[in-house]
Amino acid sequence: MIPAAFEYYRPKDMDKVLSILEEHGDDARVMAGGHSLIPMMKLRMADVPHLIDLQDVGGMSEIEIGADTIKIGALVTQSDIIDHAALADVAPILREASLQIADPQVRYMGTLGGNIANGDPGNDMPGLMQCLDATFTVVGQDGERAIPARDFYEAAYVTAREDGEVLTAVTIPRPKGGHAYEKQKRKIGDYATAAASVQIVNDGGKCVSAAIAMTNLSDTPVFSKTAGDALVGTSVDDAALKAAVAAMLGDIDPTEDNRGPVAFKNHVAGVILRRAIARAWSRA
Amino acid sequence: MKDEITREERVDNLKGMGCSRKRVEDARFTQGKGNYVDDIKLDGMLFGDFVRSPYAHARVKSINKDTALKVPGVLAVLTADDLRPLGLHWMPTLAGDKQMVLADGKVLFQGQEVAFVVAEDRYAAADGIEAVEVEYEELPVLVNPFEALKSDVVLREDLVAEDGSIPAGAHGPRKHHNHIFTWEAGDKDPTEEVIANAEVVAEESMYYHRTHPCPLETCGCVASMDKVNGKLTLWGTFQAPHAIRTVVSLISGIEEHNIRVVSPDIGGGFGNKVGAYPGYVCSVVASIVTGKPVKWIEDRMDNLMTTAFARDYHMTGKISATKEGKITGLQCHVTADHGGFDACADPTKFPAGFMNICTGSYDIPTAFLEVDGVYTNKAPGGVSYRCSFRVTEAVYFIERMIEVLAIKLNMDAAELRRINFIKKEQFPYKAALGWEYDSGDYHTAWDKALKTVDYDGLRAEQAQRVKDFKAGKTRKLMGIGLSFFTEIVGAGPVKNCDILGLGMFDSCEIRIHPTGSAIARLGTISQGQGHATTFAQILASEIGLPADSITIEEGDTDTAPYGLGTYGSRSTPVAGAATAMAGRKIRAKAQMIAAYLLEVHDNDVEFDVDRFAVKGAPEKFKTMKEIAFAAYNQAIPGLEPGLEAVSYYDPPNMTYPFGAYVCVMDIDVDTGVPEIRRFYALDDCGTRINPMIIEGQVHGGLTEALAVALGQEIAYDDMGNVKTGTLMDFFLPTAWEVPNYETDFTVTPSPHHPIGAKGVGESPHVGGVPCFSNAVQDAFRPFGNTHTNMPHDHWRIWRTANELGLHD
Repeated sequence: MIPAAFEYYRPKDMDKVLSILEEHGDDARVMAGGHSLIPMMKLRMADVPHLIDLQDVGGMSEIEIGADTIKIGALVTQSDIIDHAALADVAPILREASLQIADPQVRYMGTLGGNIANGDPGNDMPGLMQCLDATFTVVGQDGERAIPARDFYEAAYVTAREDGEVLTAVTIPRPKGGHAYEKQKRKIGDYATAAASVQIVNDGGKCVSAAIAMTNLSDTPVFSKTAGDALVGTSVDDAALKAAVAAMLGDIDPTEDNRGPVAFKNHVAGVILRRAIARAWSRA
Repeated sequence: MKDEITREERVDNLKGMGCSRKRVEDARFTQGKGNYVDDIKLDGMLFGDFVRSPYAHARVKSINKDTALKVPGVLAVLTADDLRPLGLHWMPTLAGDKQMVLADGKVLFQGQEVAFVVAEDRYAAADGIEAVEVEYEELPVLVNPFEALKSDVVLREDLVAEDGSIPAGAHGPRKHHNHIFTWEAGDKDPTEEVIANAEVVAEESMYYHRTHPCPLETCGCVASMDKVNGKLTLWGTFQAPHAIRTVVSLISGIEEHNIRVVSPDIGGGFGNKVGAYPGYVCSVVASIVTGKPVKWIEDRMDNLMTTAFARDYHMTGKISATKEGKITGLQCHVTADHGGFDACADPTKFPAGFMNICTGSYDIPTAFLEVDGVYTNKAPGGVSYRCSFRVTEAVYFIERMIEVLAIKLNMDAAELRRINFIKKEQFPYKAALGWEYDSGDYHTAWDKALKTVDYDGLRAEQAQRVKDFKAGKTRKLMGIGLSFFTEIVGAGPVKNCDILGLGMFDSCEIRIHPTGSAIARLGTISQGQGHATTFAQILASEIGLPADSITIEEGDTDTAPYGLGTYGSRSTPVAGAATAMAGRKIRAKAQMIAAYLLEVHDNDVEFDVDRFAVKGAPEKFKTMKEIAFAAYNQAIPGLEPGLEAVSYYDPPNMTYPFGAYVCVMDIDVDTGVPEIRRFYALDDCGTRINPMIIEGQVHGGLTEALAVALGQEIAYDDMGNVKTGTLMDFFLPTAWEVPNYETDFTVTPSPHHPIGAKGVGESPHVGGVPCFSNAVQDAFRPFGNTHTNMPHDHWRIWRTANELGLHD
């Protein structure tokens, strides 16, 4: 658990970050909270000769709640999200999910941006961001661009962000209706055996929109449009739940690990999604 | 002279036995002021670490150190070839086998030590490890002991004769080149006959999975060879510092008086720190070679993957009974997976530890146990993780067999236990497998436990739950876990217990200072048990000086009397007895001093709390404090000055703590998630020295039991890769996963122990594992489950539900 030697940078502005990235290419990585990258470096599974710490770069720690959207800086920690009362009012699912990430010590360091940008299929925020139809802002030498969360994840640790780019902020449309983040894990601090994000709108007893994303059940987060669509126009009765679960199971592709074999994960994914939908619907 | 305080106040002031005295250790531990081995920093100290094998079974074709030696800060790379001239490339194990210190031509488990890199700091050592080039040739891997016993693949060529024959091992004849020993206890033919003719027989096979003690502090040491005076000092995480000193002397040739072994503060042991590891040997050699102190500290993955695992017992049992449920016979066969080397930490004559306590708390007239030890491509070890030698395996076996028999008889498992308990009047009780249980009152404890939890009410609730489940009203089942255990601790009588020929006595040396305070040194070593608190309490009651005025010191072989260390709940039964006996020697001399001072005959004074008083004239007395001073300033005819004593205690028997546990669990059959609603633990550890510390021990032992029963394992894939090498996958419960525990007790003092104490640190683990497991199994009993193996993690519980057809 001793990393190889590396150069440590702590630039004060984004231009400097980008120039170091430009100079070292693949050999440089940015770090926010460090709770994914540093363990990988200690295990010598990540070779990072040039490590750029973003902590002193300003302008990425704000939470701005607008009329239609919420903008959250990449360096906002999970603990910041949990403590932000106004955010909990407008997007309670962020707090509900953050409370299920790791443990309090990790949440003081772990950031939204790091959780999203790392591309680890075990991370909770990517699926949640897909559920909420968030957009990620990345900045590079050619300026800023926006990438929808639902298009961001390509494979485990492979995302639409280019090597020379840094994820700086997340923009989320203000969520509507009821929500739930349901997660089964083996113990505190664990990644999900299965987790489901659900945001659902009830209009007069009928579901008018539903967004569903699953976590740690494939090599990327899984936004299941078909599962959400299966609920729309229904009263979220048992038949609709069954249809949503069946649709979701068609979209995930879990692998066996210490949490259990594929059959178990599929079963639990279905149970967790059912519970998440039921809870979200009860709040909608 | 008139008393200013009452007798009761004098008793309270001593903080002696029975008092919940606060732990004196905690001032430093809670302020981060402990002194652990990794806190030791010496001038010029170097750091050593291992190149480890990525393969579970492979030939080592070559090791190239050239690149590594060019890494800045790397001073040396040791391989087996470097150790061979010293005869240190292999070392003896505690189980009569030998183990490679560094890979000698091949490796037998993933993580095995291949080369030792010595560097100026641990960063340079880590870089050096990366730069050592090892060429391996992979060999077929054996991770299943049953397959190993049939395989042509030879794991230990060193244990096969040139003509291909299999020489006997340390524990007798071997049946196959991958077989280590067969160990038997009890009577084979009579047992088989009883079972063959029995009215009812229940059979079950169970696997007690491999796990690991995983102390918070990993293993490590600092070796410092002073070449000027020829003295080697070795600080380390040793549960038995004196035994380590003797072992180091025997294998290094350094005379024992020139070796000082020190165990500083130890952050948990649980058996993991009993054995001798290659890191110790390599650090010593590296210090001798470089002339500088050398530190070696395991990281978490090293610890989980390479130093002393626990369990890994495949157990098959038959239990016979009358139709009414009276047990008539018990048979047990164990296939024991010992890994690549037999490095179990057991008394020499007990290669399967005290597995022959597997008749449990029951009056079973005939029994037979047979254990086969097997080599596989897994890490060596086989230590007693928070239990006396293999007692957790034994108690798990019998407490599962009782449940399986209850199912066969269609009887309530609590009642089945009750009608088979050894009765109070049968003690001392000679068990069919050889042990003589010293004392017990099982029925009283059981009745108290069942009454407290309202057992009948729980069963009624459970029956209703089953109805509701079948009616589709709930998806949660309710399990009631029962266990009644008898531990066998306090190893042990020198006549049958030794480690490497060293009798398992223990010791205490006391010096009373002139002003009435004292220091006592023991042959044991606390790893968190609170010895500095509790041993002072024993002494306070025995010698009448306040516990707060008594320093307890352990772990430095230059100052402490020889002892066999702390494991197997032996500290209180053995060293605690030595402490009491040494205290009584102090008291005997104090009596003579008091009589001299009071100008009466020795027999005319009597001990009373903190003083000797003239019989019939309690106002005439000398306090122990006054007596202590007199020992240093009076010329008493016929008495030497000073007030000191030493006692070496060879226990006449083991002690047999017992307990009754009940767990109530709700299980979500769809997710496999168990929820512990209630856990009740009644312990009888004989005389209770410090109730607060006992409660803490029970909480700790139960938590480790919960871990093992519900998910903690060292799992291997077919290639011998460790799948659970980090705390992400190796389950270490936090406060979040731990339920509220209710503790209770009865007191049945040990008749042969000077203060009647039996030991308690391991009981909750021994009793807890079957209790948690039985709760899971019991939840599924109404649906046809008889047995399912631990660990009961989510997916395995789900699998049980799935196999029983409880999902759509």
